[in-house]
Amino acid sequence: MKLLTLNFLTCARKACKSTTLAFPLRPKDAELEIVEADLEPLFIRNILPRVEWEALRTLCQDLGLPQLPPAAPEPAALFAPNPSDPSIPSDKLVRPGKEGEGEGEGEGEGEEGAPTQTLKDLHHVLLETTIREGKLVCGNCGHAYAVKEGIANFLLPSHLV
Amino acid sequence: MLPTPSTSHVSFDNVYEPAEDSFLLLDTLSSPAETAFLHSRFHPPEPPSPLVLEVGTGSGVVLAFVAANASTIFGRSDVVALGTDINGFACRASTTTLQTAVTDPGTSKPGHFLDVVNADLASPIRSGSVDVLIFNPPYVPTPDLPDLVAHENYNTLSPGAKSTSFEQDSHLLALSYAGGADGMEITNKLLAQLPDILHPERGVAFILLCAQNKPNEVKEHIMSWGKSWAVETVGSSGKKAGWEKLQILRIWRIGP
Ligand SMILES: [Zn+2]
Repeated sequence: MKLLTLNFLTCARKACKSTTLAFPLRPKDAELEIVEADLEPLFIRNILPRVEWEALRTLCQDLGLPQLPPAAPEPAALFAPNPSDPSIPSDKLVRPGKEGEGEGEGEGEGEEGAPTQTLKDLHHVLLETTIREGKLVCGNCGHAYAVKEGIANFLLPSHLV
Repeated sequence: MLPTPSTSHVSFDNVYEPAEDSFLLLDTLSSPAETAFLHSRFHPPEPPSPLVLEVGTGSGVVLAFVAANASTIFGRSDVVALGTDINGFACRASTTTLQTAVTDPGTSKPGHFLDVVNADLASPIRSGSVDVLIFNPPYVPTPDLPDLVAHENYNTLSPGAKSTSFEQDSHLLALSYAGGADGMEITNKLLAQLPDILHPERGVAFILLCAQNKPNEVKEHIMSWGKSWAVETVGSSGKKAGWEKLQILRIWRIGP
């Protein structure tokens, strides 16, 4: 299970869903597996605004991964300035491209410089670092959800539903 | 015609096999009307990467289709696909289906597959996080629902067993079709979760119904949620004596 997936999950118990303590679920006894994935810089840029940064920092801490900076990187920190045209203002480098639909043009293909180490590190943490075995613990009710062979089990015993 | 993802690795003894309902979802989600709707709703640069959640992935054929063809369906490939299924065997099967579909070298600019988690409907999904929800429910009217107290034992192979038992397979398959009264008991549970999990501005759900589910009553129920919701039949198949056998509702939030 990818760390990015945990960005969208919380405790399955109704009473916990509205509490802030239930997010993120905290990994325990986790066995990690690195699964290589193709680097897609524009995807990392576009998913970043959806990532709860504090929660991701907490996860990295829990898992003993290198510490993330206190604040999420600015879009401008994800791509090196285009060396062929230093006159382009930095915000231009990360703004999505034409208004056109389809063919990925709207995703701003071809306007960025090379991906920075910051972007590569994010790719590694969000998509390549996976929990193979272990538990995910709710900070509100303490319930531990098992992860086996990379699949998390959020089914509750009937008395907890 | 966009290609249908391969499910040849899936054991259909205990995982729902793609059928007319699955294919109606594929056809509807890739229809000119729905792709136009999704393109305009999720037009980049705003909003950020859309999250597509399929509840009850089964073999994974529908979510894999959406993920693999994200560029065509959404006009962008930065889409993330997440699935749930109550059947652990289905979770493993659909994980393979998704991974295969999005890494197929013949697929041009696919979306991104996250995971399929073993869960009851959308119970562990964070509030407001889902942009597009897809649900092919257990919609067949049945006298009872499968016994969930027994589910834990049926959800994994018994210790030492090499394959699933007949009772186990029956239970797991029943979860994929048995809908209780009017075939709506499970769908009603999911509908009750929609306002919480769908994104407050962009959220949209595609839910399949059969004629016995009394689709018009379902639509009236959704209309009763208030002016910020809209519902429309956007796909149908199997016309019989003026009745659509299957139809797909698009349920979406509209701006103030
Ligand atoms: Zn909890």
